[in-house]
Parts: sequence; C-alpha cells; structure tokens
Amino acid sequence: MTALDMSVTNTSSDSIQYVTVLIGGQLFGLPISQVHDVFVPESVTRVPLSAPEVAGVLNLRGRIVTAINMRRRLHLPPLKEGHMMAVGIEYKHESYGLMIDSVGEVLNLPASSAEPNPSNLDKRWAEISGGVHRLDGKLMVILDVARLLGAMFTEPMVAA
Amino acid sequence: MDDLLREFITETNESLDVVDVELVKFEQEPNNATILNNIFRLVHTIKGTCGFLGLPRLEGIAHAAETLMGKFREGVPVTPDAVSLILSSIDRIKDIINELEQLEGEEPAGDDSDLIAELVLMSTSADAPAPVEEVVEEVAEPEPERALRPGEVSLDELERAFRETEVEVETAEPEIVEAPVAQPEPAVAAAPAKEASKPVEAAQPEKAEASEKKSPSVSNQSIRVAVDTLEHLMTMVSELVLTRNQLLEIVRRHEDSEFKVPLQRLSNVTAELQEGVMATRMQPIGNAWQKLPRIVRDLGQELDKPIELEMIGAETELDRQVLEMIKDPLTHMVRNSADHGLEMPAERRAAGKHDKGTITLAAYHEGGHIIIEVRDDGKGLDVERIKSKVIERGLATEAEVEKMSDAQIHKYIFAAGFSTAAQVTSVSGRGVGMDVVRNNIELIGGTVDLRSTQGKGTSFIIKIPLTLAIVSTLIVEAAGDRFAIPQLSVVELVRVQMNSDHRIERIKDTPVLRLRNKLLPLVHLSQLLGIYEGEDVEKAIDDDNGFIVVMQVGSQTFGVVVDGVFHTEEIVVKPMSTMLRNLTMFSGNTILGDGSVIMIIDPNGVASAMASHASSSVSEQIEEEAEEANRKAMNHNSTISLLLFRAGAPEPKAVPLSLVTRLEEFEVSKIERSNGRDLVQYRGALMPLVYVNSGDQHKLEGTQPMLVFSDSGRSMGLVVDEIVDIVEDRMNIEVGSDRPGILGSAIVKERATEILDLGFYLPQAFEDWFMRKEMDIQALTKTVLFVDDSSFFRNMLSPVLKAAGYDVTTCNSAGEALELLENGAKFHAVVSDIEMPQINGFEFCEALRRDPRFRNMPVLALSAMVTPASIERGRQAGFDDYVAKFDRPGLIAALKDVFSGEMGVAA
Repeated sequence: MTALDMSVTNTSSDSIQYVTVLIGGQLFGLPISQVHDVFVPESVTRVPLSAPEVAGVLNLRGRIVTAINMRRRLHLPPLKEGHMMAVGIEYKHESYGLMIDSVGEVLNLPASSAEPNPSNLDKRWAEISGGVHRLDGKLMVILDVARLLGAMFTEPMVAA
Repeated sequence: MDDLLREFITETNESLDVVDVELVKFEQEPNNATILNNIFRLVHTIKGTCGFLGLPRLEGIAHAAETLMGKFREGVPVTPDAVSLILSSIDRIKDIINELEQLEGEEPAGDDSDLIAELVLMSTSADAPAPVEEVVEEVAEPEPERALRPGEVSLDELERAFRETEVEVETAEPEIVEAPVAQPEPAVAAAPAKEASKPVEAAQPEKAEASEKKSPSVSNQSIRVAVDTLEHLMTMVSELVLTRNQLLEIVRRHEDSEFKVPLQRLSNVTAELQEGVMATRMQPIGNAWQKLPRIVRDLGQELDKPIELEMIGAETELDRQVLEMIKDPLTHMVRNSADHGLEMPAERRAAGKHDKGTITLAAYHEGGHIIIEVRDDGKGLDVERIKSKVIERGLATEAEVEKMSDAQIHKYIFAAGFSTAAQVTSVSGRGVGMDVVRNNIELIGGTVDLRSTQGKGTSFIIKIPLTLAIVSTLIVEAAGDRFAIPQLSVVELVRVQMNSDHRIERIKDTPVLRLRNKLLPLVHLSQLLGIYEGEDVEKAIDDDNGFIVVMQVGSQTFGVVVDGVFHTEEIVVKPMSTMLRNLTMFSGNTILGDGSVIMIIDPNGVASAMASHASSSVSEQIEEEAEEANRKAMNHNSTISLLLFRAGAPEPKAVPLSLVTRLEEFEVSKIERSNGRDLVQYRGALMPLVYVNSGDQHKLEGTQPMLVFSDSGRSMGLVVDEIVDIVEDRMNIEVGSDRPGILGSAIVKERATEILDLGFYLPQAFEDWFMRKEMDIQALTKTVLFVDDSSFFRNMLSPVLKAAGYDVTTCNSAGEALELLENGAKFHAVVSDIEMPQINGFEFCEALRRDPRFRNMPVLALSAMVTPASIERGRQAGFDDYVAKFDRPGLIAALKDVFSGEMGVAA
C-alpha cells in the first residue's frame, strides 16, 4: 500500500480514486466519490413493465434502491453461478444499485493517463464509458454514471 | 419585510375570508346583530392595525367601509347594493395586501378615492345621524396601545361586544388548531408590544376575563406552528410506523419472545403518536369552503339567478395537504353548478321548481375516506348534447355511443377539453376543466363520480383518502410477486371456485364474473403487468382457483384476478425513483414489515389499462362489423332467416321467414272442401289452402302442417309436407327459374333449395289479393318506383307493395332508375335498396335530392342493415324513412306515412 499512499500524496490534485468492479470478465472503474456502499443485493422486488435492465427495487437500510443489472445493461449473458454484488450510488438525489459480478480494489490513477474510448468500441459500451485506463496486463473502462443512468431515463420515455 | 407586517398580512387575509362569508350570511339575515358585530369588529381591527403600521390606503378604505357598516348597526336597511359595495372594498383591501406582500411591505401606490367616495355617498345617503358613527367606531377597540382616536365607550356596549365575541369564539373553535382564524385581532394588537412568538395569551387580558365566566378561551390553548415542522414530524412518524411494522414482523416469527410485551406497548404508543400527529395536520373541510359563499353570491348576481348554497358537514376533518389539493377543483365544480347546472328562474318555475336554485356541498367520512358531494337541483346533464359532442370530437363512434348507458355518456365530461356549453360565458363552460378537476383529484388518489338525472340535477361525488401519507392497502400475490392495492378502490373480494356461486365465465375469450346482477369484466393482474409466466396468456385466469379483487375507479368497476390475498397493511407511500415513474401501473413503492420492497398498484392506471384493453377489442369488433357490412354490400345480399320445408317433392324449398305470419298444424279432419277448394276454419274465418304444386293433396290422417300468410285480415294456408328447419343464410339465387311459383334455386345449408315466389301463390287463395285495394282507391293509386339490384327482393317485395294498392315499377339499379326519372317518368315515391353496386342507395338519394324536380319526392330506404348509424347516414343522405328489408308492415306503414304527410302538406 505504500506505493499507493505515495501516489495519493504526490498527485492527489490530478488523480482520481477508482473502485474497480468486474462485469463479465471486464474490469470497470467507478470514481470512489460516487460510490456510497457495496452490498449483496437481497430480496430484490422486480418491477413489472420496467426497462429490462432494471433488476428491481430493494430495501437498503430503510431506503428504496433501484437495482440496475449491469450485465443486462452491457448486453452480456446473465451470471451463471454465484451471487451478484452491488455498488450503491446516488444520482440526482436518488439511490441506485449497480449489480455487478464482484468488487475489486481501490486504485488511484492519474486523470491524465485516461485515454479516450477506442473508436471501434461497441456503441452500447461506448455510451457509458468515460474512457480507458491502461493497467498492468489489463484495461480498465471508466464507468460514467451520469451517462449510464441518464440514458436510461430517456429510453423508457421514448418507448412510452 | 419585518415579522410584524408578515403577521399582519397572514391574519388580515384570514380575517378577510371570514368577512366574506359573514357578509353573505348577513345579506340574507340583515337583522342578525351578531353577524354584523362580527364583521364590524374584523374590519375595525384591520383599520386600526393599518393606521398603526402606517398603511394609509388600507386604512382609508377600511374606515369608509366601517362607517357604512356602522349605519347598518344603527338600523339603516341593508341593500344588496350596499353589501356589494362593501364586498368590493374587501376585494380592494385584499388586492392591496397581495401587492403589499409582493413588494415586501411597501404599500403600493394607488388611488382609492372612487371607492371611498362611493362608500361615503352610501353612508351619507343613509339617514342616520352622523355623531353616533364615531361612538360605534370605537366599540370594539380594546387596546390602548393602538393608534387611537378620541372617543368613548360605554361599559355596557363593551360588555355586550365581548359577550357576542365569545359566541363567535366557540363556533370558530375547530379552526383554531392551526391558526386562531376567528380572532385575529389579539395577535395584531399584541404584536407591537410583545414578541410575536406568543401573541395569543398576552393579547387581550380584558377579553380573557370577560370570557372566563363561560369557558376558558380557546385562544389560550393554541400556538402557531410552521407547516414544515409538522411535515417533518409526520415523516418521522411514518418512519417509526415502518420500523414498528418491521419489528412486529420479526416478533411474529418468534413465538415466545420476551420482546412481545414491550413491543406491544411500543406498537400502541406508535399508533397513538401517529394519530396525534395526523390530528395536527387535520383541518375542517369548511376551510376549503370558506370562499364559496362569496363566489356563489357574486355568481348569483352576475347571472341574475338566486342561488342558495347549503353546506353540510363543514366540520369534517381531513389532511391539510389533501385540503389544499381539493380547494380549486371544488371551487370549479361549484361555479359549474351555479352557471350551468342551475336553470334561470323562469325555467325553474316552468319545471315546477322553486325559483331559488340550491347547490349543496356535503362532506362526511366513510371508511378511511372522505366523501364530498357537490349537488345542484338544476336541469341535469344533457345526454344528447354530450353524445353529439362525443361523436363530433371523435371520442367514440355513433354506434358505440348508442350502446352506452347514460352514466357512461356522462363520464365524457371528464374527457380532456370537453365542453358542451353552448356558449362560453364569463363564468365557465360546463366541462371546461372538468378533466383538470379529475386529474387533480386522481393525483391525490381520489376518484370522482357523477350522477345526473335529467330535470332533477347533477351531483358529483368525490372520494378521497383522509391523508396521503399513510395508505391502507391490500397485499396480493400475482405470478409469485406481491403487490399492494390501495383499499380506497377495493370494493370487495370474491373467492373463485368451480362449484361456488361465483364462477368465471367466458364470452369468446373474455373472462367475466357474474356478480349479483352485474357482469364484471376480469383481467389477471399478471396479465396486466405483463409478468404472466405460463404459455398462453388467455389461460392466466384459472377457473378453479384464485381471488377476484373487485375494484371501482370512478364509475368503472372491474375485477382483477390475483393468485393470493395476504392481509391488509398500512403503508407509507414512498415515491418511485424517477427512472420508474413512467410506469402508470404503479403509484409508488414502500417497505413492508418484513423488510422487502413492494410495488403499489395505481388503480387509475389499472382502470385506464382496462379501458384501453376493452376499447381495442371494441374497435376490433367494429372493424369486423364494418368488414362484414362491406362483404354484404359486395355480394349484394345478406344473411336472412329462411324457413326450410318440403312440399310435394323431396328437395327442400325455402321462403323468407319474415314473410310467414304463422306456422300451424291442423287436424286433417278440420280441412273442409267447398266450392271446389280446400278450406279450414281459422280464427273465425275461412282460410283457403293452397298447394305448392297444383294437384297435390293434403294428408289423409294425422295433422297437416302449413304456413300461414296473412295480410289485411286475409289469410292463406300453404300446405307443406314437413317443416324442416329455420336457417340463417345468405340468399343468393344462383339459377333463375321459369317455373311459376319458384323464384329460382339457391344454396341453403349446402343444398340446392328452391325459393318460393309468394307473389304467385297469394292470388291463388284470393284472386283479387292484389286487385281489391287498387279498385277501392283507384283515384288515389300511387305510383312507386322500387329500386333493388336483387331480383329476389324485387320479386318478393313488389307483390307486397302491389297488395297494398300501389302501382309498382321496378328497376335493378340506381342508374336505371335515374334514367327512368330523367326521361320524365313520374312517380309518387321511390323505395330504394341501400347496398347496390356502382351507385349505392345513399348516393342515389343524394343525387335525387340535388335535382330540384325530385327534392320533395318521398324516398324510402330499404336495407338489410338497420343500425342507428346507418339510419343516421340515411337521414343525412335525404331519405324520408329507413325500413328493414323484411319488415313488410313497416314498409307499408312508412309509405302510408310519407303519402299522408304529403297530402297534409298539399292540403
């Protein structure tokens, strides 16, 4: 952790801390400032007639949270075994839970090392990705929460 | 703006509302000194405070108004003009105060001398002595700290004023909870001297003393609390209720828990706390009604019709949030009733009603809801007018409208932008904004329904929950998920079982339930929500198991089938996330006692889904009907009832059932022979028998079946061997016939069948069957042109017309008929088929009507399709009458009508 601490102190002004999550084998990063909690979603009540990626609603310590199935959002096949995890975020004063495969670690990455989305990235991915970080041996896609959820607001409107 | 001024504005507004109501009351009872004193006191307070705060404009108006009221106190007769003037001064004061609020305490510039001059003129024209006014003015002035004018008050007067004020205090009691509405002056009076925070107790020591004799003053027991504080308290209590529910659920699972007793106590305390907090939010509905008497009075004057406003149950309490939401809809409805519901006095007299129209507002509790009724004894809704509007606006087709009950028609006034008002008045157009009314009420989970009786009046019934914060719901299960249905809209629960009285039946694939005397449309909740997991959605409703939640939304009643019903639970509605708010089926969600989240069904969403479901099948059905009609028109024939029989030969014969008067069987022994022909005695006359083939014989034993044809008192019996069947079939004569008595052959029930020509047989019974009337009324014989493309009908109906004494010419197309007419053939009337190729009957008639020569010629339509819509279409095309093809008496009668009408006109 010393290396990490170092980097925090050195580049705190222009570096961002990310919580990494795994969805369908791909590493994603969420800015830590947006993540309120990490929890195991239990007794999710499905919401009929809602958008397919809405997994349902659940009670998180007295708050009603709308759970989004990220695998479905990214057009990935559903998780076959094991429990999904969820990352609690807040968007426009409402609570959402992003259901993911597993939570990784916290990384501190310089904002400058982020690269724009490759032009050949799947459109459905590109619309929720805020760029890519090159890590050792793997790539981390930055999840842009505002775009991820914002797109879902308009979608049902169009459908309706 | 300083606190003092803010306080002043709030309280003055409240006082003015009271003054409004009291003035209207006063106008009706000019001799009621209590009311007058009350008004006087309020206005006086305003005047005094204005002077103190340095608001000269307000003071000037208030002073002039007060002077005029002083005259009333001295016994000057009260005139409506004077009251109107005072009311308009009150309005002016209100306006100024509104501006004052917006300008942050700056009194707006303006000139009120016109109003003041009028007030002064009115006062001076009253013949009371001037000096008394001064005295009166000071009567209710209790505080020496105020800006006083010199004057004296006798002890007697002072005490009397207090005693009267006391009475007022008691009646105003319910309003005290939030604000001491009826007693604004103490707070204002005390404000300059003391802190605004506890104005009431300190306000009027004298008054408190005066009232102590009877009961402790209510004002001593109330404080002002900011609404926000209450709201926050309510939210916290809601959370507490939720947590309590959760705890109870946990304890329920552990049988011998030591928590049980303390939790029970907690539960009780929570319930009480909840009730208590709710009570602080409760206000009498009368608060929402306060402005109505004034509105009704003004409307009455403006429209020149006397209106009485009756208010029942003004003390009924409901949540202030709900109260705010229904204020505007209620006002709107009352205005509507006054303007359009009630007739003008002359009209009312003609209808045998009292000159004065009555609008009744009634409020009462029913279950966990409050029912508010707005009723007028006016003329009721004009169903015909609504119908034509509905059709005009394309909300429904004529055919649909014809099928609707009055109640269904009435509902259309809630449709968006719907107005049946003949002209737009300054007040309102009946229906303008009724959709807004409905929306506002539905927004708070309420429903609005209406009943109207033509000539008797209309009543709107609003059903709203007592509070929005906590809703009592029924927890049900569908497709493995639980849902909460607000009890407000649940009428009853029905258990479905194969053998029970309540059985699900199906019309085509539509499930319905016979419930007492009504058919209830059913839909499965999982089907509505699209979560049915089986293969065939139609089978979602298990005939042998399940519960039906009978729901009522407005006047729409339907059954929602669910797999299970658990219990009822009081829940705190939490708004859904914005992402899910577009789902109309749900009004919110909440956390249940067991900690899981449940979706709350929105009854209005379900109702509209039911309606659209139904209307889609209706439109489908209408399309089918239209297609059917088209097909009929294409084939130039339609299905008719045919009587199949055998006579003289094994092959079947047929005759249109509608031409047959009766089917009879006679004992063979009854058949007599006279004058070389067979006869039976039938209904006191001799009926000749006719055989299909000459030379046929009747049976020798047993009974002889026969078809009886009657016309104008004469009957003929057509002897047949056997009556086979009655079938509905299309009649298409495929092969014509040269044989007399047979029109041709058609395929009926997949067999070649001979169609009998009655025109051939009728004269066999009575040779003069077609002749006699012609001879009788030779001079009056009318020529009729009969147009029909089907030879069958030409052959079938021309004898009928001839039998009725008309000289009939037939044409097989409209084109031929037009040519005939063009060539100068003269006819007294035209009878035309509708479904014809090239030129159909409607076009034919329109063509005739365009020609001035034929504009007044009677034209009758004859059609196999007789629906209200086609009749209307026919009327528009210019037909004088519209007759069903097989309605022979109808045709004859219609012809008679047009001729007698024509003769009447000629005479």
